[in-house]
Amino acid sequence: MNTYEYKSLAELLNLTDKYTLPLSKVVMLREMEESEKPESTVLDIMDKRIDVFYESIQTGLNDTTQSVSGLVGGDAARLAAAASVLLGDVSRRAAVYALAINEANAKMFRIVACPTAGSCGIVPAVILAVAEEKKYERQSCIQAFFTAAGIGAVIARNACVAGAVGGCQAECGTAAAMAAAAVVELCGGTPVQAVQAATLCLKNVLGLVCDPVAGLVEVPCVKRNGFFAVHALTAAEMALAGIVSVIPPDEVVSAMYEIGRAMPVSLKETSEGGLARTPTGKEIAERLEKAMREQ
Amino acid sequence: MSVFDIVGPVMIGPSSSHTAGAARIGLMARKILKDEPIRADITVYGSFAKTYKGHGTDKALVAGLLGFSADDIRLRSSFEIAKEEGMTVTLTRSEEETDHPNTVRIKMEGKTGTVMEIVGVSLGGGRIEIREINGFYVEITGEEYTLLTFHHDQPGIIAKVTTIMALGAINVSTMKVFRSAKNANAVMIICTDSPIPSDLETEICNISAIQSVIALSPL
Repeated sequence: MNTYEYKSLAELLNLTDKYTLPLSKVVMLREMEESEKPESTVLDIMDKRIDVFYESIQTGLNDTTQSVSGLVGGDAARLAAAASVLLGDVSRRAAVYALAINEANAKMFRIVACPTAGSCGIVPAVILAVAEEKKYERQSCIQAFFTAAGIGAVIARNACVAGAVGGCQAECGTAAAMAAAAVVELCGGTPVQAVQAATLCLKNVLGLVCDPVAGLVEVPCVKRNGFFAVHALTAAEMALAGIVSVIPPDEVVSAMYEIGRAMPVSLKETSEGGLARTPTGKEIAERLEKAMREQ
Repeated sequence: MSVFDIVGPVMIGPSSSHTAGAARIGLMARKILKDEPIRADITVYGSFAKTYKGHGTDKALVAGLLGFSADDIRLRSSFEIAKEEGMTVTLTRSEEETDHPNTVRIKMEGKTGTVMEIVGVSLGGGRIEIREINGFYVEITGEEYTLLTFHHDQPGIIAKVTTIMALGAINVSTMKVFRSAKNANAVMIICTDSPIPSDLETEICNISAIQSVIALSPL
């Protein structure tokens, strides 16, 4: 059965229109028909993912030790403890959660890749921060994660979500696009607005490279998760206000893929360029290499 | 593609390729050994050799060999657990060029004396492939039920095995056969939609030219 099959963002929107359903429902129905699993099962799997998201947030906030390399750790707690200066409550909470989850990842705790491990903080941080601040129920959160997953699935299919293939625009950029669409639906926006939020989000990060220091999922990944949580909220706010991308959604996804393919290999997770090859980046890599040799 | 591949998998950080993939290779190695490993000599290549420490690739490989899944928090302390359980582990970093940047070779010895050597690669997103078993080229992803036969290359073996499967109503999804040379050692990898019952496994193992059989469930 391929009643709810979608290959592009345009097809996904057509289905919401044809059956008068929210994005989350179309994505869930497609998952049910493709996996041949009942609604209760797919809802339960997503529900259990949310338990892990909360576990990662708590671990990230409570464990203030450093990662094995000593490069990251403690920033989520630092931001959470500091007095609010400029950001609003939702943005602050989202940034704290995103840092917490990605620090938990860097320190080898349990996480849910979303869509990847390096970008795992963005989607849950944004959805859960919005839900908590706006008092949305768990059920609405589950639906929001389906919306996010649907957007991610289309981007994975038509472009890529791995930094090694398309740079960080593909990885954290896709995560932010997923998050933006999810919270638009959560806040009562239309499917068109949700897809526009994802589009605005992705469009604004085109060209972003993946240049991790010493090949680790730490610098700049952890802080970038924090930034992109707020970026997703900005895109959602714009889309909810009726702002529309001049370039249509699927064309932006194609552009992202084309840019990713054109990117030099040195800037696609090989740590042979960018931040990884700065004097400090090289020094860190050499220090860690030496420590590994001496062990 | 399942949406749970996008919001998922659940794993121990920090890297789906260098941590989760490594754990899955270790776990697959244990399944192939069909025994409890008491010794593992691990050689890491390419990107695995370069960044294993910060990604916990070493811990993940050992966790898998101990039978832990990629989302098991015990992965963090796998070396200590291995020590407690009497499993000896050595780790070597190789400069040798390999086809894939994330490659590992594991020589294992089991409790009952079984010795096996596998080569695994981590393809990204936690997906893996076992590329070599005891010097034989294979392709095992751990995504389906898989039956592996080691046999002597001669006419009729494939027909005998698939007949047993057909009579057992086991549907084959994909199948590959590799051999070292004509009339020499060969390997057959058969992926199926359902598990292969142990009586069928025994029946296949009893075919005269077949030396051994390994039935693997998905990871």
